[in-house]
Formats: sequence, C-alpha cells, structure tokens
Amino acid sequence: MDLSLSTRTVGDRTVVEVGGEIDVYTAPKLREQLVELVNDGSYHLVVDMEGVDFLDSTGLGVLVGGLKRVRAHEGSLRLVCNQERILKIFRITGLTKVFPIHTSVEDAVAATD
Amino acid sequence: MATVELRFSALPEHVRTARLVAAAVARRAGVDEAVLDEVRLAVGEACTRAVGLHLSNGVDAPVRVALTEEEKKFSIEIGDESPTSAALAPGATGGEEESEPEGEDEMGLAVIKGLVDDVEVTTSETGGVIRMSWPTSPDSLVP
Repeated sequence: MDLSLSTRTVGDRTVVEVGGEIDVYTAPKLREQLVELVNDGSYHLVVDMEGVDFLDSTGLGVLVGGLKRVRAHEGSLRLVCNQERILKIFRITGLTKVFPIHTSVEDAVAATD
Repeated sequence: MATVELRFSALPEHVRTARLVAAAVARRAGVDEAVLDEVRLAVGEACTRAVGLHLSNGVDAPVRVALTEEEKKFSIEIGDESPTSAALAPGATGGEEESEPEGEDEMGLAVIKGLVDDVEVTTSETGGVIRMSWPTSPDSLVP
C-alpha cells in the first residue's frame, strides 16, 4: 500500500490526513507535503495518523523535521493517533515527549499551548 | 540453512517487500501474532539502514535477508556489504537537516534495540549484520 495524503483547513489549523505506510520509500512524499505547507504559510499543523498502517524511523524523522520547521515560525505540529502499534514507536523513541498526541482531530484543533 | 533467503537491490522501494516476506515467514514459523508488528518494523528498520549504507557508499551488491526457523525461535539476519557500517561513525554526524543519514541510521538502530530483546549488531570491513530472534510457540504453528 502506498501513502495517501490530503489536507484541509480547520480554523487556523491545517489538518494533514495521512494514510497507508510511511517508510523509507514513501516518507519523502510526506516531507515534501510538510515543507510545502510551511512554505505556503501554514504553521499550525495537525497530522492525522489514524489511517497509517505502518510507521518507521524514517517517518519519525520527517515528523521531527516538520516540527522543527513550524517551530521556526512559532507554529505547532500536533499528531492524532489512537493506534497502539504506532504509539509504541513514539514511546520507545521518547518522542511522546516531543509531540503532543491527541485522540481526535477535534481535540487537536481545539488545543492551545 | 535459512528457511527463506532474500536478496534485493539496495533501493527504498524494496524494503516493503522484505517486511512482508519476513512477516509471512515469521507467522508460519509460529511467532505470536501480537509480535508480528515488531518483526515487520524491526526488519524494515534493519533493511532501511542497509539500503542507506549501500546507497551512501556506492555499494552495488544486494542487501541480504535470511529468515530461519529454529527449534524454539525464529531468527532473522540482515546483512549489508558496506565497509563503513563498521564505524557507525562516531563523530561522523553533523549532516544538514535535509539528509541526516547518520541521525536516521541511529534512530533506526534505537528502534530495533527498543523493540527486540534478542538483537546483535556486528560489523566488519566487509559489511555488517544485524541478527535478531523471537521465540516461537509450537502450538501456534500454521499447518
């Protein structure tokens, strides 16, 4: 399965809905998408990972890169994920401390720092 | 002898194939369903690392994956032929944000070590091998 990406705007947030597998082959597409959004002035991103079947360290690297970019503009990058197997990867790498992880898009969109 | 052996060109698009094959053979060998996600992820990380090492060092050789059913465990070996995998390059980091090969390489290894209890990383001048194994339960053997 390939990677699917779609974006929509909710208030001042941009929601990126990701589906499929994020690995060494597909991660560059996600990176391009995040870079493009930041270049276009979207600095408050919500990455919805509910449709993600697989995530590896390459994908984590892209998300960290995205976070770095939005932070340069005082923005935010929030994740939406309820899948235990995906959450586990954030946990073992200590990235749960880096990313705010929400249980729903509504929750992530409503959140403030 | 390995139960199933796989050699693939060191290209990112083939890593998924290696993950799928490894998970299928592990399931047949009796690795617990709940652990198959870990097998898939660990094999993906190890193959991603090997592909990265081959690409960045201009190594034309394929990446090797050996999947072996043993008496009470299932073993996986991922071998690369990159001479520099040895170092894991302490001090060789500091790449630009866009590429970060060493950083991602280390994150991949960190994920493997976090996931797999029995893991061994060996390196030599002719390449490196990551060996991992998981226990199998005979009861759950697929007929």
